Amino acid sequence: MATLLDESLTGSLAVRQLSVYYGDKKALGPVTMTIPGRQVTALIGPSGCGKSTFLRSLNRMNEMIPGCRVEGVVKLDEESIYGPGVDAVAVRRRIGMVFQRSNPFPKSIYDNVAYGLRLGGMKDRSELGGRVERALKHAALWEEVKDRLNESALGLSGGQQQRLCIARALAVEPDVLLMDEPASALDPIATAHIEELIHELARDYTVVIVTHNMQQAARVSHNTAFFYMGDLIEFDTTQTIFTKPTQSRTEDYITGRFG
Amino acid sequence: MSRSSLRPSRWPHVGDVVLWLATGLATLLVLVILAVILIDVIKNGAPRLTLGFLTKAPSDGMTAGGIFPAIFGTVALVILMTIAALPAGVATAIYLHEYASPTAWGTRIVRIAVNNLAGVPSIVFGLFGLGFFVQFVGGGMDKIFYGGDKVFGQPALIWAALTMAILTLPVVIVATEEALSNVSPDVRLASAALGATKFQTVSRVVLPQAIPGILTGAILAISRGAGEVAPILFTGAAYFLPTLPHSLHDQFMQLGYHVYVLATQSSDVDATRPLLYATVLVLLVLTFALNASAILVRSRMRRHLSRSHG
Repeated sequence: MATLLDESLTGSLAVRQLSVYYGDKKALGPVTMTIPGRQVTALIGPSGCGKSTFLRSLNRMNEMIPGCRVEGVVKLDEESIYGPGVDAVAVRRRIGMVFQRSNPFPKSIYDNVAYGLRLGGMKDRSELGGRVERALKHAALWEEVKDRLNESALGLSGGQQQRLCIARALAVEPDVLLMDEPASALDPIATAHIEELIHELARDYTVVIVTHNMQQAARVSHNTAFFYMGDLIEFDTTQTIFTKPTQSRTEDYITGRFG
Repeated sequence: MSRSSLRPSRWPHVGDVVLWLATGLATLLVLVILAVILIDVIKNGAPRLTLGFLTKAPSDGMTAGGIFPAIFGTVALVILMTIAALPAGVATAIYLHEYASPTAWGTRIVRIAVNNLAGVPSIVFGLFGLGFFVQFVGGGMDKIFYGGDKVFGQPALIWAALTMAILTLPVVIVATEEALSNVSPDVRLASAALGATKFQTVSRVVLPQAIPGILTGAILAISRGAGEVAPILFTGAAYFLPTLPHSLHDQFMQLGYHVYVLATQSSDVDATRPLLYATVLVLLVLTFALNASAILVRSRMRRHLSRSHG
């Protein structure tokens, strides 16, 4: 498969002393870690541990929550996403996101995937068509929908809708794809589809995935970060985290002793 | 040890029966009242309802002829009112719901004002229209553009339509806000995460989904505007006109006002009564038809949205 990215850029995320506040209450941090490019990094931890807050601060989606404030630095390939004059809209074009509940627009399958491209001003029909096809193929949905691109996206099954949302995020060719429990609302077969896909995506994209499912984290990710009570407790390769974690709290969590 | 039986009890539960009776009777009462009004109007109005009645002007001191000028005036009024109220109302609702901070003082004051506007008696709007539009705005325009000649500074179609637009503004605003808040926050997030600006999200995702709800607001505003009389009493409606309005600054006849005139100002009550019934019937049919066409548009829009191509 042809790579979509400039080889010199890896799409890594350098997070330095990142803290997030909701009003006066501190929800996260400070967190310092480097998320390697073109690998899958899983964020695990009990509910309310800050992993989703952390994920949302990686593409500035937390700015849509009133009262949310961020301190610290996040750099995408040496470019600070919170730097002065950096537009959150531009950040989100390079760092895409897939949500827990699939959220296709009530438009056709084609128009869903083309949405981000049209936002960017792309009008040429053949160019749009090519990009839509490529994104749907990337999301392993093309074979299932190629004959009904003009039908409503709402007619797809739950698993197909979620893959459509992934295709929609991939169409704008971001560097990073953030996923917030993308399979938690799906049945086991659809989940397996998504997991397989995530693995594939790491060839071209940096993937950061929040999951509550330990087996899922172990299956799909190269690296795993364990969050607890708003702090990053441990970050290492998935193999190390699941076989010989250095922190006892990590071990307690992944062996199911709490959380 | 006693066990409760799973066999169906012989008698239905008392509460269910009482509730069923009470709600059923209330529904029946509403239907009966509506039926009585409709039957009375149709029975007495239908025989008089001829093509001539719909296409001719009143004659012989309102005891003969038709009501065409009143139908024309009503439709013109409603169209102008919608053109004025819909964009302003929708824009206000978009601002309040999408842009204004919900806790800011300005937002609260606008919201309170909208709610109070909805509670103002319609005759007060009529007086406001006379004072503000006819005398202040119209009179001012005459002074500036027409050297003091009375052109806009008198009751006219445009001032009646604008007065009616203010009256129906809260209906449009409330319905539009409701429609906007019914748009799932999930699709707003999805749009933002794809790099959409606020304006792109509102115009490409939120508004298309809110259009059926906005049309509902338009329906409510139109049926209210077609039936109200008080706001146009002093601002443009005429007792009788020999000709149709030619411009926005002409006076006009209107169905609701015509009903009032026939019912109270006639010198020969028995002669005008059949005309009165027929006029009421036309007013009802016109209002129903306006509503029905708007409902049709809305349901087609909904179907279009749920299996849309764009």
